[in-house]
Amino acid sequence: MSAVRLEGAVVLLGRFPALAGADLAVDSGEVVLVRGSNGAGKSTLLHLCAGLLALSEGQGEVLGCDLGADRAAVRRRVGLLGHDTALYGELSAAENLDLWARASRVDASGVPTSLTRLGVPERLWAVPSAQLSAGQRRRVALAAIVVRRPELWLLDEPHAGLDSEGRELVSGLMTEAAAAGAAVVLASHETGPAAVLATRTVTMAGGTVSTGGA
Amino acid sequence: MGRELRLLAGDIRRVAAKDLRIEWRARTTLGQVVPFALLVLVLFGFALNANRPTLELATPGLLWMTVLFATVVAVQRSVAVESADGAGRMLLLSGMAPAAAFLGKASAVAVQLLVVAAVLLPGVVLLYGAGIESLPLAVVTSLAATAGLAAAGSLLGAVVAGVRAHQTVLPILLLPVVAPVLIAATRAFEDALGTAAVNGWSWVGLLAGFTAANVALGCVAHGPLMEDA
Repeated sequence: MSAVRLEGAVVLLGRFPALAGADLAVDSGEVVLVRGSNGAGKSTLLHLCAGLLALSEGQGEVLGCDLGADRAAVRRRVGLLGHDTALYGELSAAENLDLWARASRVDASGVPTSLTRLGVPERLWAVPSAQLSAGQRRRVALAAIVVRRPELWLLDEPHAGLDSEGRELVSGLMTEAAAAGAAVVLASHETGPAAVLATRTVTMAGGTVSTGGA
Repeated sequence: MGRELRLLAGDIRRVAAKDLRIEWRARTTLGQVVPFALLVLVLFGFALNANRPTLELATPGLLWMTVLFATVVAVQRSVAVESADGAGRMLLLSGMAPAAAFLGKASAVAVQLLVVAAVLLPGVVLLYGAGIESLPLAVVTSLAATAGLAAAGSLLGAVVAGVRAHQTVLPILLLPVVAPVLIAATRAFEDALGTAAVNGWSWVGLLAGFTAANVALGCVAHGPLMEDA
């Protein structure tokens, strides 16, 4: 089943075409690595797939939702890890995840399991997120995705800022998600852990998918 | 329909509780805005040469001018909470109705402004020697005015959220827009404090209309504004 289908997708940031006619097809159960240099359009591609950016030209369908018609419809069904953590610094890890789960209409009882799964020690669950280390915040942000059980995982440099144990955890999560039928799209500069996981690699340059898009 | 309304009410409560919890921990309102507002009252007293008759006459205007300054700080903080570390993306990706996000954030600002007004009212009684002739009118005016300030402030906060210089742009936009609240709340308080012979309740009606218009506009406009932020 198709999770992502982009044909000639153009996204304008101001007047700048951050995506300039990108083609990409991702099926459920796939782990697709998007590679490319800085400014190639990887993050824009992920934000488009999350329904956070408007499609200016071309066709886009994510999880059966037409991005041109109603991109908001897809948001509740995707999990996006960006460069920032999207956590409220004054709220604890548990409070952030609880809010995230309830607002997304998913069972908040899965919060402790998700934090444990990401290796966040219980003594840190009540600590304000701003006081956690960068690596721990990254883990909490990933736990926020786990608790929502998305059908499409969109991960921007998911291994960045994590220790070796954290990297293995993230890799395991992605493999599990794909095995459970979710699609995983990860953007990374790294060839190491990300490339090992991926079932397919595509390359971006200048706002287009130059190789392996479909 | 009933289920949708319950979900909407739940989301409004969640967003408001989130913002108030953040404020409680950051102590911005209690630790900075309230002392700032009290300081402004004291400085107004100095500026008017501690002339008690003048101060008594000017009390309603000075009080609501001070609440207006506090509104700017509270709304700026409300905007900053969502922009720090991309936190606002959580609300967007949750699929929550934009109207719920708007009403939740506006409610949290309104609660903070009510706290400020609740501290300032005894402040003007003590510092300026003002007397309260109609407590119900003072309370209802405070509720209506803070709701109006919070609604207009949250709407404009969303307008400037994506602007790089939003901290300086917000007061320029906000102060003229909420001028009707300043005028109406001042007139109503003149009646409540007995400093002028006006019908305060008719000014409360104007405040209610202003609030309703801004709440309606905020509910409609917040979605597109969140997308652009």
